[in-house]
Amino acid sequence: MNKYIYYPGCSMEGSARAYAESLSQVAKILDMELATVRDWNCCGATEYLSINLIPAYSLIARNLAIAAGQVNGTNELMAPCSACYLNLEKADYYMAERPALGEKVNEALAAGGLHYKPGSLQIRHLVDVLVNDIGLDVIKSKVVRPLTGLRIAPYLGCMVPRPDYQHRWSDHEYPLELDDLMHVLGAEVIDFPLKTDCCGGHMSQIAPETAYELIRRLVSEADEYQADLMVTVCPMCQMNLDAYQGEANRFFGTKYQMPIVFFTQLMALAFGIDAKSAGFGLELVSAKKALARIGVEAPAPEPASPRRKPDGLPMPPHRRKKYASGREASDEKIAVAE
Amino acid sequence: MIENHKPKIGVYVCHCGSNIAGTVNVDDVRKWAQEKLGPEGVVIARDYKFMCSSLGQELIEKDIKELGLERVVVAACSPHLHEKTFRTAAEKAGLNPYLTELVSIREQVSWVHTDKAIATEKAKSLVSGTVQRIAYNTPLEKQKVPINANTLVVGGGIAGIQAALEIANAGFHVYLVEREPSIGGHMAQFDKTFPTLDCSACILTPRMVEAGTHPNITLMTWSEVTNVSGFVGNFDVRILKKARYVNEDVCTGCGICTEKCPKKVIDTHYEAGLGYRKVVYTPFAQAVPRFPVIDRPNCTFFQKGTCKACEKFCPTNAIDFKQEDEFINITVGNIILATGYDLFDAGRVTNYGYGRLPNVFSSIEFERLSNSAGPTGGEITLRDGKTKPETVGIIHCVGSRDKNFNNYCSSICCMQSLKFAHIVRERTGADVYEFYIDMRTPMKAYDEFYQRVLDEGTLFVRGKVAEVTNAARYPHEKGKLIIHVEDTLVGKQRRIPVDMVILSNGMEPRHDAKQTGQTFGISCSSDGWYIERHPKLDPVSTMTEGIYIAGCATGPKDIPASVAQGAAAAARVLDKILQKEVEMEPIRASVIEENCSGCRICNSMCPFNAIAFIGDLKVSRVNPALCQGCGTCVAACPAGAITGTGFSNEQIFAQIDGLLMTV
Amino acid sequence: MAQTKTASLTKGAGFKKQEDLTLLNEVSSATAGVSHLEMCIQCGTCGGSCPSAADMDHTPRALFAMLRAGMRDEVLHSNTPWMCVSCYHCVVRCPQEVHIADVMYTLKSMAIKAHQYKDNTAPDFSQTFVDNIEAFGRSYELGLAGRFYLQHQPLRLPGMAGMGWGMLSSRRMNILPSRIEQIDQLKAILTKAKTLELTS
Repeated sequence: MNKYIYYPGCSMEGSARAYAESLSQVAKILDMELATVRDWNCCGATEYLSINLIPAYSLIARNLAIAAGQVNGTNELMAPCSACYLNLEKADYYMAERPALGEKVNEALAAGGLHYKPGSLQIRHLVDVLVNDIGLDVIKSKVVRPLTGLRIAPYLGCMVPRPDYQHRWSDHEYPLELDDLMHVLGAEVIDFPLKTDCCGGHMSQIAPETAYELIRRLVSEADEYQADLMVTVCPMCQMNLDAYQGEANRFFGTKYQMPIVFFTQLMALAFGIDAKSAGFGLELVSAKKALARIGVEAPAPEPASPRRKPDGLPMPPHRRKKYASGREASDEKIAVAE
Repeated sequence: MIENHKPKIGVYVCHCGSNIAGTVNVDDVRKWAQEKLGPEGVVIARDYKFMCSSLGQELIEKDIKELGLERVVVAACSPHLHEKTFRTAAEKAGLNPYLTELVSIREQVSWVHTDKAIATEKAKSLVSGTVQRIAYNTPLEKQKVPINANTLVVGGGIAGIQAALEIANAGFHVYLVEREPSIGGHMAQFDKTFPTLDCSACILTPRMVEAGTHPNITLMTWSEVTNVSGFVGNFDVRILKKARYVNEDVCTGCGICTEKCPKKVIDTHYEAGLGYRKVVYTPFAQAVPRFPVIDRPNCTFFQKGTCKACEKFCPTNAIDFKQEDEFINITVGNIILATGYDLFDAGRVTNYGYGRLPNVFSSIEFERLSNSAGPTGGEITLRDGKTKPETVGIIHCVGSRDKNFNNYCSSICCMQSLKFAHIVRERTGADVYEFYIDMRTPMKAYDEFYQRVLDEGTLFVRGKVAEVTNAARYPHEKGKLIIHVEDTLVGKQRRIPVDMVILSNGMEPRHDAKQTGQTFGISCSSDGWYIERHPKLDPVSTMTEGIYIAGCATGPKDIPASVAQGAAAAARVLDKILQKEVEMEPIRASVIEENCSGCRICNSMCPFNAIAFIGDLKVSRVNPALCQGCGTCVAACPAGAITGTGFSNEQIFAQIDGLLMTV
Repeated sequence: MAQTKTASLTKGAGFKKQEDLTLLNEVSSATAGVSHLEMCIQCGTCGGSCPSAADMDHTPRALFAMLRAGMRDEVLHSNTPWMCVSCYHCVVRCPQEVHIADVMYTLKSMAIKAHQYKDNTAPDFSQTFVDNIEAFGRSYELGLAGRFYLQHQPLRLPGMAGMGWGMLSSRRMNILPSRIEQIDQLKAILTKAKTLELTS
C-alpha cells in the first residue's frame, strides 16, 4: 500500500469534482491510501502572493505545518491541483533558501500555535506519484478496458513541470510522463507540442481577451492534430479550457468542440469504472462523442499534416530523459502526427 | 637545528604596493616579529614596498652577509610566484636555498579578508608558524636527472598536429596518439574557416600528411593512453592499440574493402549522424593514415560469423579478423595533452526541439551539410535531403552563457554563426536571421567579417531565442518552424517563421576529461577544463612538471589560438629537451626502517610507484629518483614510519606551535 | 532600507528626476527566495517566452532594465506584472536563474501598496479572492465570480450565464461557501503575518 498525506485544494470540492471523484476510484484500485490534511485551508492560488508576501506564505505554511504533524509512516504530501502543488512546494523551498522568509513565516504561524521546519515534507504531484511510485507497469496491469482508438492530446500545463524546485520531472518543457501514462491505458497519444503551454491562468477573470487567445492556441492545436479530447492534470486548466471554450469561440468566431477531461477520469474508465462514477457528464463541452469510440474499433484518423518521408537525411537521436525515479519509459512508440 | 643553537632568522614583510599593505598593517607585523619573535631567533625584521624588486632582494642579500643570517622568512605572495626569486637571492649570498621560505600573506590573507585588524593578526600567526618551522629546515641539494628526448603528444587535432610537427622539425622524436582512426580532429569535419573562409580541408590536410609521413613522428591512431607513471624527463606510458583488423604492413589503402562491404551504418562521428558509412571504413577520403578499420560491433562477420566480403576482395590479403588489441609501452621525457573538446548536446535545450523537430540542425550537422564532401555534396537542404530553405534562423549561445547548462562563453560561436549566415546566403539566397545576445568578434579581421555579413543583408535580432516550435498560430506559419524571441532592441516579442534552424552549440570538456586528467596527474576546473599552471603567464603548462596542455583541452578556442598553443607547448618541451637534464626538487620521502612494520599500504598508495617492498628485510623503501615528494605515503603510514624532507614531523609540529602562539 | 543613493543624470536624458539606485535592491530584497535580479544580462529570454507579452506595455526584460535605471513610477505603473500568467517558462529558461515570476509578485504588491496600478481589475480580483480566504479559509467561487463580475465586467454576465448555470447545475460551483473549522487560528496567523515584512 502506498500512503500519502493528501491536500485536495478548494477546486476538488467544486469545479473539479470530476477530478476528485475519479481520483477516489483510481486510488482504490491502485491501493493508495490518502490521508487528508486536517482542516486544510486554501493555498491562495496565484492571488495572495500579489497582495502581501508574508501572509501569503503563512497561509500556505499552515497546511504544511498541519501536514507535518500528521506524518505517520510517510512524509509525502500529495496534491492533485497544479497551483496547490506549486504553492506548497514553493513555500517549502523558499523558506529554506531564504532563511529570513522561513523565520518570519514561523513567527506568524506561532500566533496559531504552529511551526513548520522546511524540508520536513516531500511535496509531490499526483502524476509524479502515479508514474514514479505506483509505476506504469502496475497501472497497465489494471487496465480492463483499453482506450483503443481514442486520440488524446496530453496537456500538463505550466505549474507541474515548472519551476520544479526538486527536479522531480524528466523535463521542464517536454516531459513525457503524462504521454506515457495515457499510452499504457491503450489510447493513441499525439505528440502535442503545446503540452506545457499556458491555459491562461487567472487571465480568464481579469483580462479575458488575453485568456481567450491562450485557450484558442491550445484548443486549435489539439483540433489540428484531430484529437478526440484533451486530458489535463489541473483544475484551473480544465476550467479555462472547458468552461471558457465557448466564450473563446464566440470571441474568435470559431466552432471548436474539444472535450477537456481529467486524466484520472480516463484511468477510471480504462480500469472498468462506469462513466458516471468516473465523473463524466460534468464537463461543459461534452465528451460523449469521444467516449463513443472506446471499445469500438474505429479506424485511426488520417494525420493532420503529411508524415515525414523515410528517405532524406537521418534525424539526430532523440534521447528521452529519465524519470526522476530512474525508471525507463515503456519502449513502445508513441503515435506521432506531424 | 643544532642542539641549543637558535639559528639567526631574518623576517621580511612585503607591502606588494597596496595589495598587502591595503589590508594588513605591515608596519605592525614587522615590529611584532622583531620584538615578539626575538626569542625564537629573529635578529632582524624589515618591511619594503616591493620585496621582489632588485632593491628588495639586495636588502636580504646584504643582511645575510652582514648579519650572518642562517634562515630567511619572506612574508609576501604565494610561493608559486616568488619562492624561486627569494631562494635564488639567498643562494647568491651564500645561503642554501632551502633555508628560505615564503609566507603567503597576500593570497591567503590580504586578498581573502576585509577586516584589517583580523588580517594583521592572521599575518602575524602565519609568520610565527614559519619562523618556528624554519629553524628545523636543513640544507638540501637539488638532484639532476637526464631527460628522455622523446615526446608524447595526445590528440591528433590541429593543436596536437602543430605541436608534433614543431618538435619533430626540431629533430626530436614524437609519438602522436589519436583515439580515432584518423588524425585531423574537428577541423577535418568543417567546410570553411572564419574569417577568411579558407577551405578547412585544404589548409589542414597538408599538415596531416606531413605528420603522417614525418620521419620523426610515430603515428598511433585508433590508440589510447591507458597508464602513465614516472616524472618529468622519464615518463613510462602504456598505450592501448585497438585492433583495426587490417594489417597495416600490407594494406595499401586502396579502398576496395570499403567498396565491397555490404553493410552501411549511420556515421554518428565524422558525419555527425547525418550520413552513412560502411562497416570497414576510413572516416574520410583524406584520412591519415589511409588504413581502414573494421567497426567490430556492427560487422556481420563478427556478429554472425559469415560475410568476409572485405577479406575476399582485398588484393593484398590485409584483412586480419584474428588481430587483437595490444599494449605498447614507451618512455618519453615530456607529454603534451591536446585532447580537444566535445560539442554540447543541443538536445538538452528541449525548447529548441533538436532531435524532435526535423529541420533543427546542430552546428556540426550544418558543417557536414555545407561540405562538398558531406552527405548532400554541399547542397544545403532540409532534412528531406531535397528542399532548399528559403528562410533560415541561426541561434547563438546554445548551451553557453547559460547557468542551466554551461556558464561560460564558448567564444567561437559568434564567428561560426556569422560564417553559417554567409554560406547560407551565398549558396541558397535564403533570408537569414541571426539571434544573438552579444556579438563577440574581437580578434584580427573578425569584426570586419561581421561587417561583411551585415552588408550581405543578414537580419540580426538581438535576443536569446526562447523557443522553436512547430505549433503554428497563424496561417502563414503552417509547416514552418516558428522562432519565439524578444527583439530586445525593439522591446517587442516576435514570432519568426523559418524553414530551417541552425543551432550554434557551444563547446564542452571531453566527457572523459576528468578520467584522462587522473591518468596524467592534472586537474580540471569546476567547468571541467584542464587548469593551466598560470592562466595568463603559463597557459600551456600544468602543475605537473613535464605535462603540457594545448588547444581546447583548457577551454574553448578557435583554430588560430589552438595552433598557437600547440606551437607554444612544443617550445616549452624543446626548452626542456635542450636542457638535457632536469633539476628535481629535493623534497623526498624516506622510510625510517626500524619503525616500518612492512604492511605495504604505502606501496599501493604511491602515485609514482616509487615505493618498493624489500622482501629480505620486510620493510618498504622509497626510490628517491621516482619520489615526487607528494606526501601521500607520509600521511598513509599507520606506524608513522615515513617522513618527508621539508615536511618532517618536528617541522610540522613547530609550525603548529608557531601558528597557535598568541599574537 | 539604506539611505537613498542617487546618481546625477546625463544632460538631456529626458528624466527630470534623479535616478533611484536603490530600487533594484529593494525589489530583490522583498522577493521570496534569492531573486538573482541583479544578474540579468538583458538577453530577452523572458520576453520571448512570455505567452502574454503581446498585451504587456513593457517586456519583463525591459522592466528589469527600468528597475536598474530606478524608474520607480514607470515600473509600478506598468501592466506587465499584472499580465503575468505564472507559467514559469521564463523562470526555467532564464540563463541567469532570475526568479522572474516571483519578482512579478513583488512588483504587484508594491504597486498595490503605492496605489500605482493603472487598472484596478486585477488588484480587485486578487483582493476579492483574498477576502474570501480570510473569511472562510477556502476560496468561494460563486461569491468571487458574482462580486467581481458585477463590479468589473457586468457586460460579460449575460454571455456567461449559460456557463454559470452549467457550473451550478452540475454542482461544479457551490451555492454556499464552506468554512474551515479553525478559522480563528488562521485569522490569528494572518493578522500576525500582516505585521511582518521581508526586507533583507
